[in-house]
Amino acid sequence: MFSGFMVNAWTVASIVAVVAGIVGFFTVLRGSAFAAHAIPNGSFAGAAGASLVGVSTLLGLGVFSLAGALTIGLLGRRGRQDVATALALVLMLGLGALFLSLSVQYAPEVYSLLFGEVLGIAANEVAPTAILGLICVCALAILYRPLMLSSVLPEVGEAHGVSSFLMDMLFLTVLALATAMTVPVVGTLLIFSLMIGAPAAARSLTDRPLVAMALSVLIALLIVWIAIAASYTTNYPVGFFVGSGAAVSYTLGRIWSSWRGT
Amino acid sequence: MSHFLTPLFAPGFFASNAVALAAGVGAIVAIVTGVVGVFTVMRGQAFAGEAFGDIGTTGGSGAFLLGVGPLWGFVVGNLIAASAMEMIGIQRPRGRDLATGIVLGAAIGLAALFLYLDSTQRSTTGATVTILFGSVFAISSSTLPLIIALSLLALALVLLIYRPLLLSSVSAEVAAARGIPVRLIGACYLIALALATALAAITIGAILSTALLIGPAASALRLFKRPFHAMLAAGAIGVAAMWLGIVLAYDSFLWPPAGRGWPVSFFVVTLLFTIYLLSGLPGLARRRRSER
Repeated sequence: MFSGFMVNAWTVASIVAVVAGIVGFFTVLRGSAFAAHAIPNGSFAGAAGASLVGVSTLLGLGVFSLAGALTIGLLGRRGRQDVATALALVLMLGLGALFLSLSVQYAPEVYSLLFGEVLGIAANEVAPTAILGLICVCALAILYRPLMLSSVLPEVGEAHGVSSFLMDMLFLTVLALATAMTVPVVGTLLIFSLMIGAPAAARSLTDRPLVAMALSVLIALLIVWIAIAASYTTNYPVGFFVGSGAAVSYTLGRIWSSWRGT
Repeated sequence: MSHFLTPLFAPGFFASNAVALAAGVGAIVAIVTGVVGVFTVMRGQAFAGEAFGDIGTTGGSGAFLLGVGPLWGFVVGNLIAASAMEMIGIQRPRGRDLATGIVLGAAIGLAALFLYLDSTQRSTTGATVTILFGSVFAISSSTLPLIIALSLLALALVLLIYRPLLLSSVSAEVAAARGIPVRLIGACYLIALALATALAAITIGAILSTALLIGPAASALRLFKRPFHAMLAAGAIGVAAMWLGIVLAYDSFLWPPAGRGWPVSFFVVTLLFTIYLLSGLPGLARRRRSER
């Protein structure tokens, strides 16, 4: 379980879990769960487009997730954010359907992009994932104070000169970056589940932001490790274990907080 | 016009029967999702609406595994998901995103398992793509009466609770003060939403289900102040976009690369997105004038 090609899977999945735990903490704090679902989901259209014109999948994913994030941010400024997110998502998926119908040989790869192939990660994918992950974490470390302020108290943030629109755009960009790095290796499902389930569970355990962030990373790592081990032994798709693991950890967190509350 | 009709009646991929069926079912779905969508946008539950479209995949693949008709999989799957969301706390605005997200994540996880089992036990890989992208031209006419009946049920449910639903969507506090059971109304509405999106997802695919739920309603609400007018407009916009999309998709058989046609979903989504952008213009112009 820990030899050969599995080493890559463990390494990449751990990097993804750490990034998802940290980015996800802000996602849950800002109530951006829909965007965290829409950007990875829509960005796969970019992969379909990339294969159609014959450029690298990572480039297509990056361009589409970034374009999606900016569309959500810009449209959400004048209208409702959830409407903007839904429309940006369907526009990207519509383009994806077009790209898929124009190219013939692509169909099987869609499946792996949607649900991920964490057990089939090549050695040359480890370094780019690590670098992009590091960029995401560094960006959030630099943005930590203003982002925190504008997420919790947007009005106070504006009074201190922190533009919530700017923070929104910056955060969505980080989200897009995290998406581009994780979708080809773990699929759209894994990253979304981790980004919501782990931080939500962590937040029901503690109120202190830094502790919650650390807990969120820890829970995400646990979910991913258990999922890989279970997938390795049962041969069932890793996405199933991640999805149910995230839901279970959230439920346990809720039970714990309601038990402590009474 | 004959330019449109030539590929339509050409001895080609689809008989004209399929066109009539697609246009008819598309119109029914567009009207139901348009009416339900106005409340979805007003209540800020676009994420839930979108999630139901995806969760249909879980029900559909589960039904495929059991050998039951996919329609029941979509409907039952969405109803289970709706009750799970209700239990986690979709009625509070703050927990709404999270409740939807957790249920959606778990459902996609289950879908991954079901699709894996489907493909290992029945050796079909096309199911995923068909369910996710849907095809208006793959509707079988035998399930049509059932689809229409369930659509009318969803529509009737919304119209039955119209007034209390409207009031509790605009202001939950005022509605509660007037003695309206806000949570019960919310749960009823969620069931209608789950039903409508299940039917839309299975007939025209998850993409178009979300597009027709949110696009026409959001545009109509920007143009019309009164919710009832917005509902009529949303239904009309949805039907128009759907029909134009079908016509363009047929037309596209003559476009490069010739002979394969562009997907209906691409055209409908692009039309709806354009309409949404244009619908913002009157408001923008009004704001400009008042600033001056």
